[in-house]
Amino acid sequence: MAKVIIPTPLRKFTNNQASIDANGGTVKESIVSIADQFPELKKHIFEENGEIRKFVRIYLGDEDINVLDKENTKVSGESVISIIPAIAGGSL
Amino acid sequence: MTLTINKDAYDEMTRHAEDTFPYECVGFFYGVDDGKKREVLVAREVKNVKKGDQRRRFEVDPYDYFHAEKFAEKNGLTLLGIYHSHPNHPAIPSEHDLKQAVPYFSYIIISVIDGKTDKVTSWQLNLDTDQFDEEAIKINEFDKV
Repeated sequence: MAKVIIPTPLRKFTNNQASIDANGGTVKESIVSIADQFPELKKHIFEENGEIRKFVRIYLGDEDINVLDKENTKVSGESVISIIPAIAGGSL
Repeated sequence: MTLTINKDAYDEMTRHAEDTFPYECVGFFYGVDDGKKREVLVAREVKNVKKGDQRRRFEVDPYDYFHAEKFAEKNGLTLLGIYHSHPNHPAIPSEHDLKQAVPYFSYIIISVIDGKTDKVTSWQLNLDTDQFDEEAIKINEFDKV
């Protein structure tokens, strides 16, 4: 069971909880687990096809899962997963 | 809801925007939000890592976002939003700003014309309309951290 840190913008969908215990043996299973607990999170984390949105990055500890085994990265009870919204914009 | 901004934080954001001109600056701001009142106490700049034309675009390194959340937690503050500048452009959010907007955050936009702050606005994503709503800004001269 990993712990998932919810970014501030999404805490309104988790009753203001900043972290949630998740079930699952991988990053993807953990994220699905918390989205099942708080269904309003789904549209902010997943595309309609179930993939993690391109505007969302996932860290395990302080490493981007893209440099690990991506969504299939294994987690343990000590693992801390962070959901990170991509921040970008501009005037035009 | 009115966004109240501590004068020091306001000055930090506008100074950063002017120093970065003609390129877009970006940073986070932190404070308190009790559901009735939202107050910015601290602003901290981060690097614009957008590859390409930084006069019209900004991007934050995910690692900087990761640390912004940690800074808020460590200091007992709430991460309230993001500020960025629009060099020689109005302080109105673009389609690009809207596309990547997230719930809850206040988005402060600083219009900088010829190197000087022209106008500062703040916006929040309306989840019912998927559009930005402008929020009023109040500068607080007396509330120091």
